[in-house]
Amino acid sequence: MGRTLAEKVWDDHVVRRAEGEPDLLYIDLHLLHEVTSPQAFDGLRQNGRRVRRLDLTIATEDHNTPTLDIDKPIADPVSRAQLETLRKNCAEFGVRLHPLGDVEQGVVHVVGPQLGLTQPGTTVVCGDSHTSTHGAFGALAFGIGTSQVEHVLATQTLPMARPKTMAITVDGELPEGVTAKDLILAIIARIGTGGGQGYILEYRGPAIEKLSMEARMTICNMSIEAGARAGMIAPDETTFEYLKGRPHAPEGADWDAAVAYWKTLRTDDDAEFDAEVVIDATALSPFVTWGTNPGQGAPLSASVPDPASYEDASERLAAEKALEYMGLEAGAPLRSIKVDTVFVGSCTNGRIEDLRAAAAILKDRKVADGVRMLVVPGSARVGLQAASEGLDVVFKEAGAEWRYAGCSMCLGMNPDQLAPGERSASTSNRNFEGRQGKGGRTHLVSPQVAAATAVLGHLASPADLTDDRTPAGV
Amino acid sequence: MEAFTTHTGRAVPLRRSNVDTDQIIPAHWLKKVTRDGFEDGLFEAWRKDPEFVLNRPERQGATVLVAGPDFGTGSSREHAVWALQNYGFKTVISARFADIFRGNSLKNGLLTVVLEQKIVDELWKLTEADPTAEITVDLQAREVRAEGVTASFELDENSRWRLLNGLDDISLTLRNEADIAAYEEKRPAYKPQTLRG
Repeated sequence: MGRTLAEKVWDDHVVRRAEGEPDLLYIDLHLLHEVTSPQAFDGLRQNGRRVRRLDLTIATEDHNTPTLDIDKPIADPVSRAQLETLRKNCAEFGVRLHPLGDVEQGVVHVVGPQLGLTQPGTTVVCGDSHTSTHGAFGALAFGIGTSQVEHVLATQTLPMARPKTMAITVDGELPEGVTAKDLILAIIARIGTGGGQGYILEYRGPAIEKLSMEARMTICNMSIEAGARAGMIAPDETTFEYLKGRPHAPEGADWDAAVAYWKTLRTDDDAEFDAEVVIDATALSPFVTWGTNPGQGAPLSASVPDPASYEDASERLAAEKALEYMGLEAGAPLRSIKVDTVFVGSCTNGRIEDLRAAAAILKDRKVADGVRMLVVPGSARVGLQAASEGLDVVFKEAGAEWRYAGCSMCLGMNPDQLAPGERSASTSNRNFEGRQGKGGRTHLVSPQVAAATAVLGHLASPADLTDDRTPAGV
Repeated sequence: MEAFTTHTGRAVPLRRSNVDTDQIIPAHWLKKVTRDGFEDGLFEAWRKDPEFVLNRPERQGATVLVAGPDFGTGSSREHAVWALQNYGFKTVISARFADIFRGNSLKNGLLTVVLEQKIVDELWKLTEADPTAEITVDLQAREVRAEGVTASFELDENSRWRLLNGLDDISLTLRNEADIAAYEEKRPAYKPQTLRG
């Protein structure tokens, strides 16, 4: 019988297989950041161990880093200490590090792909659940805990039981104005936050094949929000085109050998998935979340659901608690929800294509009075690229704040946070209680919806902008 | 890792589903660089409410957390496991755990036990009616016992063996050094390298 993409990549990395034991998997690329690595390095020190493969390891700083005044010392002493710990550990063990201020610094899941380190058929791990992002290249990429970070540093392997496989087949074509973010939010709402638990997802079908690499990364990024540790997309010409010429992409004969291998990384026609979900792309529209988990979402054209409408008691209770936390009334149209802050950025939607999409909508328009908008490139390189295209000027003229690269408002670890009760439309990946700051209320949206929402002051899609654009400077 | 064989203790019934790791330990606690001192951050936002179950005097000293389905979703932060352990929990029971959290818990000796929701419901009823009721989680017998409840649970034999013996994963893997070196020998030249270019 044929094999799925996930099974092929898995099999190619088995170092040791024995009855009654998890497979021992080889790890091709280990990404590190400041938050989940300090205790792992401590463990190495305590046991007198070294980093086995420095040439397969790379670190950057993203979670704690401020996005303003990056040339000044970091104000929060605890954040500063954590960054200093990473620098000290990388120096002591010899790990390549791109610290704050370096041109290759950025959100770890934006840095790997842009350097060309994330390649089809590789295994990629990081102490961060959004490592699933790298699956967009046909890599088997998953988040790990700190004990596993230490394990990979010491052995370059991980003992893992092989997950099951699930196909998410997206038929048809996404309608005009519907993005990868809308698609993945709709998938999560459909299968639930636990729907992918125990599976590696493979996104496939005509709608997926048409997506750019950036859009594919947005999809795979949020596999974890559907409960799956990893999501993958088979590599194709779009993937090869994106990789060619990147700093760490193979060259010459190596490139040819690599592409020949990469072309084999497709699910065989006679392979069987353990589960399959089929989504009709043509039926989708802009999608937003109303609740406090990423599965609590609905089309923007819908209304806040009535908890009483849920048959399952646990879902009903969860919806009641969510509406209470979010300060929303059942039955209110989602478009009527006013926001205080709009955040464009993160490993989900902080790449150049996302910034271009938001800028195209904001050009010659203004952010609504009383709304704060933050635009945070996913990496320093993305920031430079955006500036070279004049996008920074578009954002600033619209009244948005243009920042330096980092995780920023995706999570409450750095100065960019919501105040209690403040409401955001955010292109990030988690709407958990307090995720963007204590008491903050988050609606997950696409960059396009974020930009339209910033202009109108309430949840909206670009189609709601009926104005003649305000000429710049007026 | 501390070994886990069997544990008996009082319970905290947590009637919530989808308890994500941001609720278990909020991000600002993740700036610490140690594995201890996270107990005050456990469920920090919810603990501001004096009526929250963890704050009730009758729940002090409880060591078994009985939670709703999809416990530990979201971030990969192992700090969530450390926070539960630092606070004093030895085991967590739920109908479903998120994959990464489950892996992290078993690597630290916090036994996560999967039971059907209807058994979880029974444990909730029992321990809400009687806060002194004890629950026994027996890894040898793969069984959870409480008054009127006996339920077996599954855990793969390898994880069980590691937990029962408190074995360190890294030492076990390093016994296979020859296999790792042999694999490295045959890795193709086109594989990415961080120290090149």
